[in-house]
Amino acid sequence: MAVSWKKDVDAALNEAKTQHKPVLVDFSAAPA
Amino acid sequence: MPIAVHIKENPAGFHRFESVWTPTALVLDENGKERHRIEGYLPKDEFAAQLTLGLARVAFMQKKWADAEKLYDEILTKYPKSEAAPEAVYWKAVSHYKNTNDHTVLGEVPKTLQQKYPNSVWAKKAIPWAA
Repeated sequence: MAVSWKKDVDAALNEAKTQHKPVLVDFSAAPA
Repeated sequence: MPIAVHIKENPAGFHRFESVWTPTALVLDENGKERHRIEGYLPKDEFAAQLTLGLARVAFMQKKWADAEKLYDEILTKYPKSEAAPEAVYWKAVSHYKNTNDHTVLGEVPKTLQQKYPNSVWAKKAIPWAA
């Protein structure tokens, strides 16, 4: 199952708050 | 809600959460409060177990004791050999106690940890609960 990663941090945090969902933040330095 | 932050594409996002190394993963609650941090690579099952620890912590801090207990139990069922397992034994019991006020569940924890995870720091942490 593919994960739909979000890149706009503020927008994603707002969405999480609205939907009452926890958040996973993945920090990476790997080439895209 | 999965968010990807690349150090070169979004250095501000990297520093915003005081991330100091990659890979790092954070579990936040719905208000953006950090509840669990995973620094460094982990194999798939260890990572999944740590993520579940994070979700359990989110539920615990929201005082959703039954939900937390269920998530800690999920770690023990799916990833019993993971590094997260002894911590899950400990916090599963605490969650149960918080939910029921039944302290007898805590008394079982030292024995369980000594039998299954004797070298874990959580076995030491549970020593005061020994009957």
